[in-house]
Amino acid sequence: MPADVQTDARSSGIAHDLNTRGRAWYIDRAVSVGVFVGGVSAIVFIVGIFVFVTREGLDFVIGPMDAKEFFTSINWRPTSERNPTYGILALMAGTASVTGLAMLVAVPFSLGAAIYIAEFASGKMRESLKVLVELLAAIPSVVWGFVGMTIMNPLIIEFFDVAVGLSVLNAGVILGLMAAPIMTTIAEDALKAVPDSYREAAEAMGATRWQVVFKVVLPAAKSGLMASVLLGVGRGFGETMAVLMASGHAINLPTSPFDSVRALTATIAAELGDTARGSDHYGVLFTLGIFLFVVTFIINLTADIVVKGVGRK
Amino acid sequence: MVEASPKLSVRDLTVRYGDKTALDAVSLDVLTNEILGIIGPANSGKTSFLRALNRMEEFDPNMTVQGDIFFEGQNITAIRNVYALRRKVGVVFPLPVGLPMSVYDNVAFAPRLAGIRKRAELDVIVERCLTRAALWDEVKDRLDALGSLLSGGQQQRLTIARALSQNPELLLLDEFSIAVDPVTTMRIEDVLKELKHEITIVLVTNLVQQARRLADRTAFFLQSELVEIAETEELFTGTVQDQRTRDYVEGRFG
Repeated sequence: MPADVQTDARSSGIAHDLNTRGRAWYIDRAVSVGVFVGGVSAIVFIVGIFVFVTREGLDFVIGPMDAKEFFTSINWRPTSERNPTYGILALMAGTASVTGLAMLVAVPFSLGAAIYIAEFASGKMRESLKVLVELLAAIPSVVWGFVGMTIMNPLIIEFFDVAVGLSVLNAGVILGLMAAPIMTTIAEDALKAVPDSYREAAEAMGATRWQVVFKVVLPAAKSGLMASVLLGVGRGFGETMAVLMASGHAINLPTSPFDSVRALTATIAAELGDTARGSDHYGVLFTLGIFLFVVTFIINLTADIVVKGVGRK
Repeated sequence: MVEASPKLSVRDLTVRYGDKTALDAVSLDVLTNEILGIIGPANSGKTSFLRALNRMEEFDPNMTVQGDIFFEGQNITAIRNVYALRRKVGVVFPLPVGLPMSVYDNVAFAPRLAGIRKRAELDVIVERCLTRAALWDEVKDRLDALGSLLSGGQQQRLTIARALSQNPELLLLDEFSIAVDPVTTMRIEDVLKELKHEITIVLVTNLVQQARRLADRTAFFLQSELVEIAETEELFTGTVQDQRTRDYVEGRFG
């Protein structure tokens, strides 16, 4: 650098300004570090939970577990003195049947509600519906379980003339109603994200409201709608308390919607308190936890891939 | 060139958004097979005028329309099937809107709404409309590509092809060139000159020279009012003129 240029800069004080970090710089640095810690903590917690659950269940998995029995036997007798068996087939069937029925209930309800709120309702109607739906989403699951036990149960007994009303039907409907609000909210967001210019362009060509929704808005929002359904599946899969209360909690391979079943999650919740730490029973419950964790992970990952994959096209 | 029969007669058209008046008691005729240019600064009511012609107040609960609009003698402010009206009126918006579907489906959208299902028939319509919009050569090998992935100028021509696919009797263009480069603009202008032999066109534009190039007659809107409407050359050469119009077309406005 030519000497005369350097001298110029120094005498004008610019060199000092350009080389001094002010308060704003330090605040910016501090905030980025703080936000980074917040972001990373989510990963730390997830990994932490996985490690903990795996560690508790691992002894059982590599020890007494018989994978064939575990996945294909319906005999769940962990407390048997002489011959404990750990088959989760019935539990998986319970969870799957309840979740499946729940989706049959929740998907039409939530999609319909989302389409109505996003495309047809206006003004006060729309605002109050949104608030109500969000309120519904905030009802604790134990309250839903309570509704299943005390309202749905006698209704089912009377209406279908069956002996017990705590069944796949009861739990599925309860779980569906429970999952519908959050699915509605996500689906509505997806519909709202479709630009209004699409709607105007289609309507200007003479499309009716329903044609616009069906031919333009739904296809444009399909990845978000898919995500809302998968979120609902994840919710149904992981729900514990309401299912425990409404399903009857009986080990059963369901053959009709009126059979009582037991869910994986409910089994953990109901039995973990009675087991001795380190026992096989304790271990198998954590193995269930690993299984649930893996399945939920796969569901969420699928949701992610679906959203990104369809979104890219 | 300009025939005398009005395609569209607008009488005392007033458009309000809430209590704000966007267009105040405008009356004018649009003649069959002419290009009517509408010029004027922002907020002069040009777009509101177009929106009312297509009964778009139904998109917007805030928008109210008063007055009468006669489309081929039929008062469209009182018709029962607004969808049928919109199928006769093509609209091109300022920003190109490629619907999130393939190029083919974009153009086939309106014909399908009208009930055309046969692939062969649709093929013909799609090719004809894209050709007329001067886009066919650029997209004929990728009709399956997503319409929203075309470039801005291509999307705008796609929008025009889509508007033509309705077989409209009236084509409304709202500042179609603001998102398009000058070369594409010239191509679209050539397309419009061809089209006016079959279709009546209302062209809202911010570009005064564009109105001069294209329009048979030109209307000047200012502050929600129609200042005057005249043969384009008269308006630009100053035969009959309001002082405000003269200032605007000569760029001395303000």
